Amino acid sequence: MGLGAEANLGDSIVTTKLDQAINWARSYSMWPMAFGTACCGIEFMSVAAAKYDISRFGAEVVRFSPRQADLLIVAGTISYKQAPVLKKIWDQMCEPKWVISMGACASSGGFYDNYTTLQGIDEVIPVDEYVAGCPPRPEAVLDAIMRIQEKSFDESIIKERATNFKGILDA
Amino acid sequence: MLKADMLIDASEIKSTISRLKNEEDYTLLLDVTAIDFSEYPDITPSRFAVIYILRTSNFKKHLTIKTYVDDNTLEVDSITDLFFAADWAEREVFDQYGVRFKGHPNLKRVLNHHQFVGHPLRKDYEITKGQICTETEDLMDEMIPLLKSKGYKETDLEDLMMLNVGPSHPASHGTIRNFVAMEGETITACVTEIGYLHRGFEKSCENHSYSQIIPYTDRLNYCSAMLNNIGYCKAVEDMLDVDITPRAKMIRIVIGELSRLTDHIVCNAANMVDLGGLTNFWYIFAPRDKAYDLFSKLTGARLTNSYTRVGGLEFDLYDGFEEDLEDVLKDVEKAIEDSLSLVEHNRIFHDRTQDVGVIKADFALDAGITGVNLRAAGVPFDLRKDAPYYGYENFDFDVVVGSHGDVYDRIMCRFEEMRQSMKIIRQAMKEMPDGEINVQHPAIFLPSKNDVYGNIEGLMNQFKLTFEGIKVPKGEFYSATEGGNGELGFHITSDGSGTPYKVKCRPPCYYSLGAYARIVEGNMLADAVVTMASMNFIAGEFDR
Ligand code: SF4
Repeated sequence: MGLGAEANLGDSIVTTKLDQAINWARSYSMWPMAFGTACCGIEFMSVAAAKYDISRFGAEVVRFSPRQADLLIVAGTISYKQAPVLKKIWDQMCEPKWVISMGACASSGGFYDNYTTLQGIDEVIPVDEYVAGCPPRPEAVLDAIMRIQEKSFDESIIKERATNFKGILDA
Repeated sequence: MLKADMLIDASEIKSTISRLKNEEDYTLLLDVTAIDFSEYPDITPSRFAVIYILRTSNFKKHLTIKTYVDDNTLEVDSITDLFFAADWAEREVFDQYGVRFKGHPNLKRVLNHHQFVGHPLRKDYEITKGQICTETEDLMDEMIPLLKSKGYKETDLEDLMMLNVGPSHPASHGTIRNFVAMEGETITACVTEIGYLHRGFEKSCENHSYSQIIPYTDRLNYCSAMLNNIGYCKAVEDMLDVDITPRAKMIRIVIGELSRLTDHIVCNAANMVDLGGLTNFWYIFAPRDKAYDLFSKLTGARLTNSYTRVGGLEFDLYDGFEEDLEDVLKDVEKAIEDSLSLVEHNRIFHDRTQDVGVIKADFALDAGITGVNLRAAGVPFDLRKDAPYYGYENFDFDVVVGSHGDVYDRIMCRFEEMRQSMKIIRQAMKEMPDGEINVQHPAIFLPSKNDVYGNIEGLMNQFKLTFEGIKVPKGEFYSATEGGNGELGFHITSDGSGTPYKVKCRPPCYYSLGAYARIVEGNMLADAVVTMASMNFIAGEFDR
């Protein structure tokens, strides 16, 4: 007995090709949700604007609703106050989903080693790709999107995604 | 010694400020802050002092007033009934220092989250002691009294729709939360919550030398980083009583105005996106990227430039700067024209922006609003004209004012200010003096490598400056420049060492945002969105 689509298709159909077809389509039509809170968010605007043009990678449909997005780009400092909001956004996104942590702040707290700043969003949600820089240049963000595209080729509709992440807000 | 202009007994603070306001024309409350003297080298009458900064109605003079707070009560009179601006200002002091203001209508935290315990800017609060926040607050504690003050009864509340807008909402740019009560499409009451991007600028300043703080200032208003660099360095230079070289001044004017240009571009572009006009965004963002290329050629960074140094600049202009600059300016001119051609005579644009989000001039002043938001309301206040620095008085440019204070005026004022900035830049490039960009001063600038390797004085100088930092004379000082959003001030307290005892930034859009709720009440929700975009709230600045 298979799961998902395979259950309906019977034993005689091989789904590997379907995976490939879906992954191919998915990787070139990422729908990012930009969680821009600070300076990195401004640089993300450049990524989207004419010169760097994120649409060359099929990822220009920037959503503001987590329900409609499969790629969360956290661009900016996340404070302890913001952390529950970020977690809620992440929880609302449907699988399969990915996270890019853009910039020093999102990745590690950056040079805000102080009482109010979360020392990296991976304390709260899982991260797939980190981008260095303060802020990263737009090219670096595009590079991370390409790495996510590569990763998305490992997905399969019959495999459950591993979700054993536990952050500080998962009591 | 640098010190506050007036030292007043805490019991007289309210009457004094009231007198200053009514009789001596100090009608603008710029900022309120506190200082914790518990680790200060001098003995002070009590642990905390509260500082008030006021400005006259002709904007030419400012005044700092200091009062020591009784150690036992930790209480001073609130001045919220004298100035609207005092509301958030005093809340911040309470939040960060735990000083209470007697008579404040709603003295609760503003930057730190509601589960936070303690007051982080007290000297005994450890800088790295973070506190986890598990949930956001519901804000009903503010909403219900607000609705009651507007005449609603407990039974009416059911008929209103409570709506949460932000912090993660396309209109609020990720960090502003508005909680509104709606009657149909109309907002009857609004509560604004901030602090989502509070990242401890002021505490970090107390742990870094004066030069190390410059990168932190980039990240206040990150749309015009170099204007913050300039404002901060100018404050430190004023304390050191250092006059930077004529060339450094002129370069600061050029890059400062260019930063103002990019700041206004981002604001107007985002505003038009919120109005549904995406084409404008493409039009005016393209030359902005060109300006960023120029910045990265000059400073090494696109956005966070850290270009100024205490006493000068990091680099001189590069060969070919002038041509690159002219190229950028031409593109911006074209982009402004293109963009305006889409909206100037566009009926939809007019309907959506005219008479929307009106800020009345006297309310703006009461709320401490400065910059374009104030000028659009018809008040010609601009520090570049009223308290000129770096020779702005020698330039031929106009202060751009609006007539109605609505969204339309603010957009148009920004466009016109961009033109004026270009005018200043072109004049400055024409008059650009030759010479050094940095002051020659062993206590401020590192010696040349020849001296470091060649003689013992040079070596000692290098060591001392690197390890101890620039030593700033003891005292308290406030200095302001015209930032992208209005009066950007720095109030610095020094204990004579190489690390500031305290730095307080007077963030112009903190006060605009404090007034936002009162501005949108009675408007429709969709109008509140464009009103927000037109006021240019930059989270790095108001949350710090
Ligand atoms: S990494 Fe740097 S540019 Fe990005 S949000 Fe943090 S401080 Fe700003």
